[in-house]
Amino acid sequence: MPSDSFWSNRIHVLEERKKASTTGDFDKKKIDAMKARIEEWEKSILSTVLSETPERKDLFGNLSGIPLKRLYTSADLKNVEYSRDLGLPGEYPYTRGVYPTMYRGRPWTMRMFSGYGSAAQTNSRLKYLLKEGETGLSIAFDMPTLYGYDADSDRAEGEVGKCGVSVSSLEDMETIFRGIPLDQISTSMTINAPAAVLTSMYAAVGEKQGIPISKLRGTVQTDILKEYIAQKEWAYPPDAHLRIIRDMMIFCTEEMPSWHYISISGYHIREAGASAVQELAFTLADGFSYVELGQKAGLDVDQFVPRFSFFFNCDMDFFEEIAKFRAARRIWATVLREKYGAKNPRSLLLRFHTQTSGVSLTWQQPLNNVIRTTVEALAAILGGTQSLHTNSYDEAWALPTEDAVTIALRTQQVLFEETGVADVVDPLGGSYYLETLTNEMEEQAYRYFEKIDQLGGVLEAIKQGYIQREIANTSYVKTQQLEVGSRCIVGVNKYEVQEEKPIDYLKVNRALGKKAATRLRILKRKRDEARVKKALEDLERTFRDEKANSIPPMLEAVRAYATLQEIMDVGRRVFGGWKEPVIV
Amino acid sequence: MSGQKLENQTTASGQQRKIRILVAKPGLDGHDRGALVLSRAFRDAGMEVIYSGLLPTPEQVAQMAVDEDVDVVALSLLNGAHMTAFPKVAKFLKEKGGADVVVVGGGIIPDNDKPKLEKLGIIGNFGPGTSLKTIVDFINGAVQKNREGRSKSLTTSKGKMLKSSRSAKLKKKKARK
Repeated sequence: MPSDSFWSNRIHVLEERKKASTTGDFDKKKIDAMKARIEEWEKSILSTVLSETPERKDLFGNLSGIPLKRLYTSADLKNVEYSRDLGLPGEYPYTRGVYPTMYRGRPWTMRMFSGYGSAAQTNSRLKYLLKEGETGLSIAFDMPTLYGYDADSDRAEGEVGKCGVSVSSLEDMETIFRGIPLDQISTSMTINAPAAVLTSMYAAVGEKQGIPISKLRGTVQTDILKEYIAQKEWAYPPDAHLRIIRDMMIFCTEEMPSWHYISISGYHIREAGASAVQELAFTLADGFSYVELGQKAGLDVDQFVPRFSFFFNCDMDFFEEIAKFRAARRIWATVLREKYGAKNPRSLLLRFHTQTSGVSLTWQQPLNNVIRTTVEALAAILGGTQSLHTNSYDEAWALPTEDAVTIALRTQQVLFEETGVADVVDPLGGSYYLETLTNEMEEQAYRYFEKIDQLGGVLEAIKQGYIQREIANTSYVKTQQLEVGSRCIVGVNKYEVQEEKPIDYLKVNRALGKKAATRLRILKRKRDEARVKKALEDLERTFRDEKANSIPPMLEAVRAYATLQEIMDVGRRVFGGWKEPVIV
Repeated sequence: MSGQKLENQTTASGQQRKIRILVAKPGLDGHDRGALVLSRAFRDAGMEVIYSGLLPTPEQVAQMAVDEDVDVVALSLLNGAHMTAFPKVAKFLKEKGGADVVVVGGGIIPDNDKPKLEKLGIIGNFGPGTSLKTIVDFINGAVQKNREGRSKSLTTSKGKMLKSSRSAKLKKKKARK
């Protein structure tokens, strides 16, 4: 099927399904009887109630722009064909889950996003969390690291260790993982522009621990498209970053078969203000772009796509979130099979990590955030997540304290151990409302895919500012709703109190930058300068040769203790920087 | 262009010139959701809005403010670097002849930091969840106060100095162009 018509064809198929008299699993006669019954109920019972006690609003709807009916029944699912649209768990199109037993086999991975201050402080936090029952690691880096600057750079002033851990060289990574055997744990690293450098550092730490890189398990985010869309942490122009991602795809496919070299992320898209549908659509559109990137590099879809992973947000609209996760699985499986010709079932599986919503946390009455996180975590579990980070209640104030992070981890443990929600696969599957919402979100996502395709693809849509503007518009609408009070956030625009006693929050030592600078000076004195110089020259040569793979020289530079910024600066020289289009 | 606006601080009809505001994110911080929402809110409130874009240094922000001849610089940071970046912007503003620009801060700013920032002339320092109206009203009030203060001083002997420093700034800007 030609790619330009694929999306409109899919939309057509979904529209036809809704129009058709009935093609699904339900018996036409029974559906007609149901419809008649609803009409009768509306006339006799409902109208009386409405005339006496009107509903709270004339129109109900979610932020995705989907109008919500009062009631969903089998009549709304008249066209659903179970085997075509839902499948059994672990079976195409994976709507009900990617594995046959889901959490009956083992719980989701409890993976707390952690990192602050120095490498040594972060090492203690990771060990504490492992002791308390966390089952996977997830590293948060500070802003200079995310942008590819060393702790002693002018640009890093005042930011070292503030938003995560500061990493300037392999030495810092060795400290972060000191006493943590990398063959016994999987690690996720939230880093994008310098993803290849951090992957190389992780590999080098593994080597030092005597573990071959082929045995390393984990994920590095790498998803640069969503950086231009939402998180805005880039170093070079998009084409340069995409070329390095291509190099990672090739290198990791061959050398690091258990490493998820990309985690296609909706989290930041959502945090930047997108609706759930926009998060779904833009994330998957990014995913398709990476599929095409690998294909263009000459790789076979079934060879490289199985290592893709995803990362979603989970906000407060409970059913909307669960529907989003289910729609995501179905769309990914369908498009990979129908458009990209994937045959390996592992290419069709959308496996994802979830983080509860950071922006849903309020600075006001911070303890209420425990409740928000609990609801969001529950939705992620009912949506079938493979791993989960729960935010701490104090995160609208600062990075979390140990006490706050413990409650966040306990939230997951309580949900798993005590509520029974993990005992049945996709327990909400078949809900009239949830299945209808899943279908609606799927259709809306396809409309976005078509629009982005018409604009010339994701990269072009980013360069035109289209995706960024769509998100900014939703974000503005939501802010206006809060402003006029048509949307409520408890403690912020309703049920406010005088905020008197600030909670005890984490403070990062401001002298950290100076200490890190001293360590870097010592490191530079004791390393083999000639080896560093040669490695960086080799890297520059591969950067300038479009056909070469830049990962092996990068790995060598890391082993030689070239610093993060020294490595990133090579790219800055070769590729230049990036200025984003005007959005507002 | 902005020169004209300068001279017309009060137009013939007696109307004040629109508030010119620079919304800026100094340093390494890509969290621009708030800055984008505020840019639109300021525009909707009738202000002329200039957005710094991402990743300028504090010095570049101050330079933009002076070049664009703004009444207000609204700084937004959510990365915890406000105690370094905000004072730097204020310092560079003074050095570059923008001492009369109102500097307003916002972001994740702990209560303890607020008095310290205010001492350095960085006011507002609004936290998450602050209503747009609160921020717009605050800025309107601060600019009004600033303009009143300035017009008062213009009528005193210091007036000439102030006026000449403004026109010198203008000349400098034209020369650069």
